[in-house]
Amino acid sequence: MSHLKLSGISKSYGQFNALEAVDLDIAKGEFVTFLGPSGSGKTTTLMIIAGFESATSGQVEIENKSLFGLAPYQRNIGIVFQNYGLFPHKTAAQNVYFPLQMRGVKKAEGLRKAEEMLELVGLKGFGHRHPKELSGGQQQRVALARALVFEPSLLLLDEPLGALDKNLREQMQIEIKRIQRALGVTTIFVTHDQSEAMSMSDRIVVFEKGRIQQVATPLELYHRPQTRFVASFIGESNLIDVKITDAAKREARNDAIGAIQYAPSNRPPTGSEATLMIRPENIKLSRNPVEGRHNVRMKVETIINYGDNALVVGKVGEQMMRVRVLGADVVIIKEGEECCISWLHDSVYLIAK
Amino acid sequence: MGNCIARLTERKNLWPWLLLAPLAIYMAVFFLVPLIDVAIMSVTEPRPTLANYQRVLTGSLYLRVFLNTFITAATVTFACLLVGYPLAYLMANSKPRTATLILLLVTMSFWTSFLVRTYAWMVLLGNNGPIVWLLQTLGVQQPPQLLFTRFSSTLAMVHILAPYMVMNIYSVMRKIDPVLIRSAESLGAKGLALFRHVYLPLTAPGIANGSVLVFVICLGFYVTPVLLGSPREQMVAGLIGNQIDEFLAFGMGSAMAMVLLVVTLAILTIYHRRFGLDKLWG
Ligand SMILES: Nc1ncnc2c1ncn2[C@@H]1O[C@H](COP(=O)(O)OP(=O)(O)O)[C@@H](O)[C@H]1O
Ligand SMILES: [Mg+2]
Repeated sequence: MSHLKLSGISKSYGQFNALEAVDLDIAKGEFVTFLGPSGSGKTTTLMIIAGFESATSGQVEIENKSLFGLAPYQRNIGIVFQNYGLFPHKTAAQNVYFPLQMRGVKKAEGLRKAEEMLELVGLKGFGHRHPKELSGGQQQRVALARALVFEPSLLLLDEPLGALDKNLREQMQIEIKRIQRALGVTTIFVTHDQSEAMSMSDRIVVFEKGRIQQVATPLELYHRPQTRFVASFIGESNLIDVKITDAAKREARNDAIGAIQYAPSNRPPTGSEATLMIRPENIKLSRNPVEGRHNVRMKVETIINYGDNALVVGKVGEQMMRVRVLGADVVIIKEGEECCISWLHDSVYLIAK
Repeated sequence: MGNCIARLTERKNLWPWLLLAPLAIYMAVFFLVPLIDVAIMSVTEPRPTLANYQRVLTGSLYLRVFLNTFITAATVTFACLLVGYPLAYLMANSKPRTATLILLLVTMSFWTSFLVRTYAWMVLLGNNGPIVWLLQTLGVQQPPQLLFTRFSSTLAMVHILAPYMVMNIYSVMRKIDPVLIRSAESLGAKGLALFRHVYLPLTAPGIANGSVLVFVICLGFYVTPVLLGSPREQMVAGLIGNQIDEFLAFGMGSAMAMVLLVVTLAILTIYHRRFGLDKLWG
């Protein structure tokens, strides 16, 4: 039973299609992230849901009721914009009281609720401050409190952490999740940062060029990307273009690497083109071939050491390969040397063209 | 002073000051020196006493003129606000082409000398002017006296000063982050409530700026009230003019000018404490 339902949403600006046939179901209480590069249509989708933009076609429903014709102020949807949108002439408490005031809640009761909400977001005692007397993270919390205090049917967050530095971002990611769970509010969170999406979401919706590429849980998205774009956008990956030589035996061929076997898959028939994905951490680096694994020789070009792990970049023929190794393992080779890389057939994932 | 210059040179900051020098010298010679002269005259003409100030501050005629000046300035300011706010809103919220057109119309009156505009009102409102004619044609038996009344001078001053109000409010409206309005809408605000709780407070600095500017200019307005206003309802500047070119009472005129100056400076100081004067100029 879906809480929010988008069906066939398209949006064009003149000749340009910002969104094409977007379908999406979101369950009550779910935390869904819109992930995609800048310009892929995330904000446009959000603004259509909120009622600030109208779709060229398609419809938005909440609890099976169409939102068609409802103005933003009638939709009961909480939004946090990237630069917070706090009213500079109102204190934090007055900002949070505002949506209640608009709903005719009496001042004493409204301000009490506002204080409660500020306490929930960790700003007890900050109610009397004006936005400019608060840090970026604190303003963020006020904006969150304000978008939640009127018990919206949906919470929309458009790149809310974009303006914060790294430490604060991580702290706010945890905070937002905590608050969202505490209230159980259905949430759409927009970001272009894949690690943010991975760590926070129940499900991720990947956007590219106005289309939904895939909707899946973070783990599914990581291990079973459906398109080459998703595979390259989420995490690091080695993408190898191949031709299927024997679909029954799950064999494919790449010019540089030769024959490769891939994990069970029911997709392309023999003779078709496809892409194989191997995650860098599933490749093992050694001096000599390892039994039971698929071994190939690689010429090491660059080693980037991160302390606890290292990224080894090299070439197998013309094919660039990246290997993630634990810190200690990297000692066995130097840049410019040849070595052996190996993987299990099960970690070779096939993506149809 | 020498110390100060030394420090400026040291910081290589002297250039901007040098560039300002011609203006500073000009202001000193043509503004500061005459002003000091006026201040001196106010306590020396005809005799070196404070009698002029005593008369200005206690004489009922003078107090009435000062009061009248304030009432007129307040009326003009309020009328400018009533006219200017919607215009500024229209300008800030319409398509670029429409906005440019309105901007052009508003600033057009800046390009015309206000003397010319004052005479234009004399023609329009005169006894043989088009407005009286229109009223007569519409069947008004005895058209009211329009020219040389408080009405005509106020109307002309509003016309002349409204652009200052519009530009001040417009510049603040332009800078309002649209996200604030969207936020307000998403939080359930619409129409009048949105205006009262969000838009109006956000534009308040523009209203304050525009009002102070119009009010202060109005306090010292000379030509328009003298040419268009009722001789029985003079404003301070007109009265000062009278003192000097009719009664040759340079001392009294100077004392009134000084009082006007002090009042104006007092208003600007209070405003500066509250909002910061720099904002007045954009
Ligand atoms: N008002 C508009 N007019 C024309 N093009 C627009 C407008 N708004 C957005 N777009 C275009 O639509 C595409 C999607 O934009 P947006 O939804 O903001 O992307 P995202 O939020 O994913 O970065 C972009 O290419 C953008 O340039
Ligand atoms: Mg965006």
